[in-house]
Amino acid sequence: MRGISRRALLAAGVGGGLVTACGSNTGRGGGSGPALSQWYHQYGEAGTQQAVQRYAAAYRKADVGVQWRPGDYDQQTAAALLTDSGPDVFEGSPTLDQIQGGQVVDLTDLLDGVRDDFNPAVLTPKTYEGKIWGIPQVIDMQLLYYRKSLLADAGVEPPTTLDALIDAAGKLTSGKVKGLFLGNDGGAGVLGGTPLYAAGLRLVTDDGKVGFDDPSAARTLGKLHRLHADRSLLLGAPADWSDPSAFLQGLTAMQWSGLWALPQVQKELGDDFGVLPFPKDGAHGRPSVPVGAYGAAVSARSRHKEAAKAYVKWLWVERTDYQEDFALSYGFHIPARISLAKKATELRSGAAADAVRFTTEYGYAQPLLWTPAGQTAYQDALSRIIKDGASPESELRAVVRKVSAELDRVKKKSS
Amino acid sequence: MRRNRALWFWVFVGPFALGLALFTYVPLLWSVALSFFDAHNTVTPTRFVGLDNYTAMLRDDAFVDSLRTFLVFTAFIVPVTYVFSLSLALMVNRVGRVRAFFRSVFFLPAACSYVVAALVWKMSLFSGVRFGLVNTVLGWFGGDPVAWLSTTEPPWYWLVIVTVRLWLQTGFYMILFLAGLQRIDPALYEAAAVDGARPGWTVLRHITLPQLRATSVAVVLLLVVNAFQAFDEFYNLLSDARGYPPYARPPLVYLYYTALGQGQNLGLGSAGAVILALVVAVVTVGQARWLRLGRTDADG
Repeated sequence: MRGISRRALLAAGVGGGLVTACGSNTGRGGGSGPALSQWYHQYGEAGTQQAVQRYAAAYRKADVGVQWRPGDYDQQTAAALLTDSGPDVFEGSPTLDQIQGGQVVDLTDLLDGVRDDFNPAVLTPKTYEGKIWGIPQVIDMQLLYYRKSLLADAGVEPPTTLDALIDAAGKLTSGKVKGLFLGNDGGAGVLGGTPLYAAGLRLVTDDGKVGFDDPSAARTLGKLHRLHADRSLLLGAPADWSDPSAFLQGLTAMQWSGLWALPQVQKELGDDFGVLPFPKDGAHGRPSVPVGAYGAAVSARSRHKEAAKAYVKWLWVERTDYQEDFALSYGFHIPARISLAKKATELRSGAAADAVRFTTEYGYAQPLLWTPAGQTAYQDALSRIIKDGASPESELRAVVRKVSAELDRVKKKSS
Repeated sequence: MRRNRALWFWVFVGPFALGLALFTYVPLLWSVALSFFDAHNTVTPTRFVGLDNYTAMLRDDAFVDSLRTFLVFTAFIVPVTYVFSLSLALMVNRVGRVRAFFRSVFFLPAACSYVVAALVWKMSLFSGVRFGLVNTVLGWFGGDPVAWLSTTEPPWYWLVIVTVRLWLQTGFYMILFLAGLQRIDPALYEAAAVDGARPGWTVLRHITLPQLRATSVAVVLLLVVNAFQAFDEFYNLLSDARGYPPYARPPLVYLYYTALGQGQNLGLGSAGAVILALVVAVVTVGQARWLRLGRTDADG
């Protein structure tokens, strides 16, 4: 009875059981051995889906079926990991609760001998208590795009401090063009911890404490409200920050977006654009850019854990030719392997070279201890600070309380 | 014969009863059970925490705030939808031959998906850029474009939410009122006319409204439950890849992120769902008492 009702609950209530029913199941290769199901989120760049299907088909020791999953991908994997019908191998960022809950498999031994070749910026957030829970596939990062001609017309230099950014956004705003686009929500979602790092702070310290319990946090976040109050921010654009359309259509002079948008921006604007990190603020500040990566992970509910691990090792550790193809041939990412990134000629000139430099010098990754509950509290507070002009001090006090409680909770679990 | 009848009863009713039990009652009870456990990323938790999830939820400013917001939202949207749909029904009821046409026209939006309507409102009518429909009209009069869904002062997003909800729902409740209106005995109006009651407000106040009591009670109950269960259009209007803004956040949207999002705190989410269900139950029972549910139109 227990088994049946649990499955029924999953099918109806959680929805996890149902999601596996849809989605394409193409890419079955000619391999023999156990059947593995591998999940990817929907990449926007043409050719990516065919590429991952080609990799899967080339694997001989298992029959790998690729599922390409549009929609809210992290939510889908979170639900599917509760069920027996979820993926064997999936790309994702295993959360701390998923690791502590034993939902993903320890992959430490797959990186024996090559661990140092993976960029630590993206490997660290996949590491918990010395063990590795996801093999980084590529490095993604976000940065500020600006239109050189519009800045020149307004007599504005590319901003290197937060105050200069706010002034520049104000000067670049006219009747038809806004100065800056940080997403339709005014920036609370996409900026996240970036302004804190630009103020020389961090989300969580290395010893697991709140990293922004400091007066300069309130000062920096409070400045973001001025962008909103000055009406320099583009809001309500047809496509959100992750898509460069607003920038390309001339709705805004500057836009925060991802490295993935670079090829499209380059194609449409030629030389008329530049890229910047999020500018520094205050005496201890330094520029910052968020970096992140999906990692290949193995579900603990997989019936073929060893086969799944072997496949992950083959694709994301051994086949560097596929890793290079995946990172550079469709859209634009920095390879997660240092040796591959060094080889890539595409990354040696122009804006791409700037982006690589920002990543190495100013990149920060969201720490594993930064839990979704803490993230929600912080994002709510940031939204109220930016849009409503709420007091940054009192908003941050509440967030610090909430995040401390979350840090205590996850630390208690590990001991 | 009797055994046969029992057999057929189960053949016809069984699958539905089974489906209802499996897909509604079991998950419901399971969720109540989960609310007493520390259920991070699991539906078969082992650590019993008593009422901890409930106290945590009631101390959670974001959840309490969303409950408060939705009490206010309900107090506003219910009377407004009621008045709109009743007025439409009274008007449609008075037109003669083209009644069927107008009835269909006003009912049609009810057949539209909440998701589709929300996207039309968001991307086309109330798009925040200068070429959005409403902003284009504003532009003719020299107004600046307004970012309808992103502006919190004044809270323009309510205008978008309320208009899409009215557009979607009014037609459906209008049909209920029309059915109620058509059941009123014309003799009552004739008698009133003979007694000298002037058509218009007096007749509406003393004949139409009392005669519509049962329909009204049903409509108000449905509206209240619907208001508390708001999810679809809110989620599609205001959420983005990074989550949902901290304003106009329905309790269900907040619980969705708590339990089913990356948070996967199923125990806490279930506790919130139970609290929400209790609030809805208390409000509807209280209201049914107050409106004397169960009395028929004739008792008026």
